[in-house]
Amino acid sequence: MTLSRRALLGAAACSTLLPRRTFAASAAKLRIGLLLPYSGTYAALGHNITDAMKLAAGEHGGKLGGREVEWVAVDDESDPAKAPANVNKLIAGEKVDILTGPVHSGVAMAMMQIVRQEEVLTIVTNAGAQAVTGTLCAPHVFRTSFSNWQTSYPCADVLLKANQKKAVLMFWNYSFGQESMAAFKEGYLKGGGTIVKEIAVPFPSTEFQANLSEIAALAPDAVFVFFAGAGAAKFVKDYADAGLRDKVQLYGSGFLTEGVLAAEGPAAEGIKTTLHYADGLDNAANRKFRAAFKKATGREADVYAVAGYDTVNALALALQKVKGDTGARKELIAALESTRFDSPRGPFRFSKAHNPIQDVYLRQVKGGAETVLGVAMKDAEDPAAGCKMGK
Amino acid sequence: MSLSLFALQLVNGVEYGLLLFLVASGLTLVFGVLGVLNFAHGSFYMLGAYLAFWISERTGSLWLAILLGVPAMVLIGLLVERLAISRLYARDHLSQVLLTYGLVLLFNELQRALWGNEVHGVSTPGALSFTVPLGAQTWPAWRAFTSFSCILLALGMRQVVLKTRFGMRVRAGASNAEMVEALGIDVRRLFSILFCAGTALAGLAGMLAAPLTTVYPGMGESVLILSFVVVVIGGIGSIKGAFFGALLVALADTFGKVLLPGFASAMVYAVMAAVLLWRPRGLLGAAPEGR
Repeated sequence: MTLSRRALLGAAACSTLLPRRTFAASAAKLRIGLLLPYSGTYAALGHNITDAMKLAAGEHGGKLGGREVEWVAVDDESDPAKAPANVNKLIAGEKVDILTGPVHSGVAMAMMQIVRQEEVLTIVTNAGAQAVTGTLCAPHVFRTSFSNWQTSYPCADVLLKANQKKAVLMFWNYSFGQESMAAFKEGYLKGGGTIVKEIAVPFPSTEFQANLSEIAALAPDAVFVFFAGAGAAKFVKDYADAGLRDKVQLYGSGFLTEGVLAAEGPAAEGIKTTLHYADGLDNAANRKFRAAFKKATGREADVYAVAGYDTVNALALALQKVKGDTGARKELIAALESTRFDSPRGPFRFSKAHNPIQDVYLRQVKGGAETVLGVAMKDAEDPAAGCKMGK
Repeated sequence: MSLSLFALQLVNGVEYGLLLFLVASGLTLVFGVLGVLNFAHGSFYMLGAYLAFWISERTGSLWLAILLGVPAMVLIGLLVERLAISRLYARDHLSQVLLTYGLVLLFNELQRALWGNEVHGVSTPGALSFTVPLGAQTWPAWRAFTSFSCILLALGMRQVVLKTRFGMRVRAGASNAEMVEALGIDVRRLFSILFCAGTALAGLAGMLAAPLTTVYPGMGESVLILSFVVVVIGGIGSIKGAFFGALLVALADTFGKVLLPGFASAMVYAVMAAVLLWRPRGLLGAAPEGR
């Protein structure tokens, strides 16, 4: 397993690190830029997105709209400060036809500032910052992943339906956490819920004990949190260790368990989360995708891989309509806007603000696996606050 | 805050502080006696945690992982000291920072190549995987065990530093290494042993913390920063200082989170600034040498 990943990595590195000047003879190749993290905390996410994109391209015979695909990858290191240079490298230096990425919302914000001035078609493959399809939305910018709102707003209703009207919120105090909490709060207060306490934990601190003691003393009906990655794993363990797991139902956006379920072990049992995907989703596209991804990489697919996979599939459909002519911007954008297909996550289409309209599922960890309890919100569409496009 | 909640938070703070002490004690020794600013100390913490994960996954026993892991850490310490650090004793701090920062990058890459980027959980040994009720919540036995181990180690270190000939040299080295050398003591050997001890302490802290924190890339860096704060507050080279410094930092962090949530992340540094204004060389720092 490690070997094949190493090999893939090596191949990716070779194809990207050597700057290739292409001349008229190979101008027919479709150059897709990948602005993704290949090192640091989010490296695993970057690799999964990349591998899933290559998998999808392979399923289309390595060609999109009749043009052979050439990948140009840059390690964005999840560093917003380096984002402008990296974006310029891809757009001005490598002259990519289509720009995709990133994972980190901070990088996405920096990227948005630049691509809004540029012509290049951009597809955001993970970062959930509201502004991407909100205040900063643009005709040539699409997102195939999610908005933070979509991961949290639907959860409010789940608590209210379970008659859990007093909740404590706890989150990492940076944009993703803040936006998740704002979305949850909007739904929860509207439905008659009361927020007993909001606990903002400085990012990336993982020292939760003091706050868990507070929660135990407050004894709310439920706790809704935003943590991701290693912080999520630590939080879930601490929550169970403090004896809270069996007393106060723990909820979160899906990132609380995505990719760290194994590390969390039995501590994660019973946690309910909302997300637009779940490993165990029972539909044909998901079964096929998961099997193919496993075969290609030796790893299990996840929500990040799905976004990469859908990015290329959406592009394939749209480019087919314009016969691979990326110069026909208006037509290409219109083609993407009307794209509909069956994603592993369920039916996929773009909203007027170019964010996916998608079902958000309620998931629960049972027996160490993520199971789908049902749909928390059908056709969840981000409110796209501040986006003037298409209105 | 009710009295019981206050007591609980006190327990939380002390427990956190004891673990911090274990990491910082090695750092303060190396910094104080060897005069080396060791940025790789956090990497040793991370390596310890990864060793705990790696060996316990293979053998099914965290005890065995600690038993094998600590000597492994000593060996790693010896290698690093002989191959790299020992060449820099005469150099200034900038060279040391460059070298040890290079080591951080090296260890991070090593971790990536060996164990990948995923987050890993480490299970607690079966005998200690229960929890005990504590007020409105519960307290896992492993946390209690970790705190207890830290206290034992602190007492052990105190005995060694205060009661043995070796400890005397360490104290002498911390206040004036050149003088110790002039008196005919093999400083190189002393330095080697101390560096290995520091590495092993950081590694052990990582192993003890692994079941609590999970094991993940970059876990050493956040610990390193706090450890430096502890060392500076406690006074460079003083183990006793590191002990009180660690408790102070942890209590400031714990109560900061509860009483002044908006100010929590700055609380630790505010305490550091206050201590340094009051005692510029730290709580128990050596007197200025005029060097």
